Amino acid sequence: MSQEPLIQINHMNHGYMMAGQRMPILQDISMTVNHGEFVAIIGPSGSGKSTLMNMIGCLDLPNSGEYILDGQNVRKTSDNRLAKIRNEKIGFIFQSFNLLPKLSAIENVELPLIYRGLSYRERKKRASQALEQVGLHERMYHRPNQLSGGQQQRVAIARALAGDPPLLLADEPTGALDTHTGKEVMQMIKTLNQQGHTIILITHDLDIADQAKRVIRIQNGVLTEDRRNPE
Amino acid sequence: MIFFQSVRMALLSVITNKIRSFLTMLGIIIGVSSVILVVSVGMSFNGQISDQFGDMGTNLLSVNVMGRGVTSSLTYDEVIAYNKIKGVSGVSPTLSGNVTAKHRNNNVDVSLEGVIPAYEHVKDFHVQSGRFVLNIDSQYRQKVAVLGSSTATTLFGSENPVGQDIRLNGETFKIVGLLQSKGTSLMGSNDEKILIPLATAERFLQTKGIQTFEVKTVTEQDIPTVKAMLANSLEQKFKDSSAYDIFDAQEMIKSMEKTNALMSASLAGIAGISLIVGGIGIMNIMIVSVNERTREIGIRKAIGAKKSNILIQFMIESIFLSTLGGLLGIGVGLGLVWIAGKFTPFPIQYAWNMVTISFVFSFVIGVLFGIIPANKAARLRPIYALRTD
Repeated sequence: MSQEPLIQINHMNHGYMMAGQRMPILQDISMTVNHGEFVAIIGPSGSGKSTLMNMIGCLDLPNSGEYILDGQNVRKTSDNRLAKIRNEKIGFIFQSFNLLPKLSAIENVELPLIYRGLSYRERKKRASQALEQVGLHERMYHRPNQLSGGQQQRVAIARALAGDPPLLLADEPTGALDTHTGKEVMQMIKTLNQQGHTIILITHDLDIADQAKRVIRIQNGVLTEDRRNPE
Repeated sequence: MIFFQSVRMALLSVITNKIRSFLTMLGIIIGVSSVILVVSVGMSFNGQISDQFGDMGTNLLSVNVMGRGVTSSLTYDEVIAYNKIKGVSGVSPTLSGNVTAKHRNNNVDVSLEGVIPAYEHVKDFHVQSGRFVLNIDSQYRQKVAVLGSSTATTLFGSENPVGQDIRLNGETFKIVGLLQSKGTSLMGSNDEKILIPLATAERFLQTKGIQTFEVKTVTEQDIPTVKAMLANSLEQKFKDSSAYDIFDAQEMIKSMEKTNALMSASLAGIAGISLIVGGIGIMNIMIVSVNERTREIGIRKAIGAKKSNILIQFMIESIFLSTLGGLLGIGVGLGLVWIAGKFTPFPIQYAWNMVTISFVFSFVIGVLFGIIPANKAARLRPIYALRTD
């Protein structure tokens, strides 16, 4: 584990122009996340947590402030470099899985590796390993619509893992699942953290948040709480 | 790698929307197939015209005399006198009519021509067996006949007709020769006819005076002067330029080819417009496809797809649609040309150059009309694209 933090955010501000007025969404956010952490970002809807997730996930750039991800300054960079950072540094896990319906499980998992430019053999090897890790080795060639919600989310987790990124970014990963499968998915995420993956989880569910090691609360665009859960 | 994946995605998207893809390609299919059909048929007509008039001879003038008032024809001697014009290598007057030819139980209605020996030289039309009409046949008004090859087959089957008798409108003629096979021309079949001596025909058809004759010049270059001399002489005789008609194969070929080329070009132009309309159809459906797949684009971008990856994916899809349409259009077009060939009396030519051109053209249409939708897709912002359902 390297010494410098994985995520370093300094005085980040973001807002939209609406009817000539500036609508602040993120106000002076500063935070640090180290390698191997399991952080839950919580807040009610409209609090700015999704925007913060977009910033951390390099899907959007803040109006001002500094963001350093794994040693790379994300502030001023081209779209292509942002795409490369997303590809190499971040594994996304979405609430609605966001698998491509026309592709089989393994093809979905391969997708980030294709954009990374890996060879066919390397891709197949890594994708089937990732599927094995989430326990879906048997269903590699199933389409998303042939899988249950929990299985689809596991495919999505495998896709996030396949590129071996330093950061897994999960946006309400259990939001679309029933309680039982939600628990399974959470268990899997915890296991991944124990294996050394850094995880940032965005949720509005306090029970879920309590399973993380650290909880950051955001309200009206401002960080209001940053606490560690007892082990 | 990414290219291969993009081709695969394009294929998947075309296959999953079969009907839509087909309807999208229909414009291109219709455009390409009609270009190929129109150009092929036009080419075939042109080739046919040149062939046939070429067969007739490019150093040949055909003269028709309609006459004026009581003089409706030239005398035999007047026509033969045209041999004296400088540059003329032969003059062949003809009398024509129709007869019923009969041999045993075989009957055929066929055209009859009264000719002189010069016919053979002027029309470059020779016998394959026996002999041609001779001067002596005319002098004695001999009842001899030379048969066209088709007529001979109709009447005699595989038998050799030379030396046998034939009945023309009930009168017995002796067959002395069998013509070569020459095929069909715009002026009718060359092989379905019977030639008899001119003097015999005069009496047989009960006509007097020559209304049609052909003049052969030594070279093609002699055509204009000989034509002018003939016109001058006929003008003096009839004092009316509508009393005669001098037909020049070369001039005819040129004007017909010109008309034909113009028609082909305008039809091909219309077909080309339908190709562009087809391209707009593709662009339209690609924009719909981009809108439908906004979320997919968002996912791909979140996962690390660059602008260029998305651009290429949609460009390939558009090019795939248009070139597949082009290929189908080429298939349909060639099929239509083949079918058209069954109905034309002459062999049809396939416009192979158009096949290549339309393939390239449909490819270019895919590129041109794919740029706007693909660019739209590539520029989508991932946060916006992920929010859309």
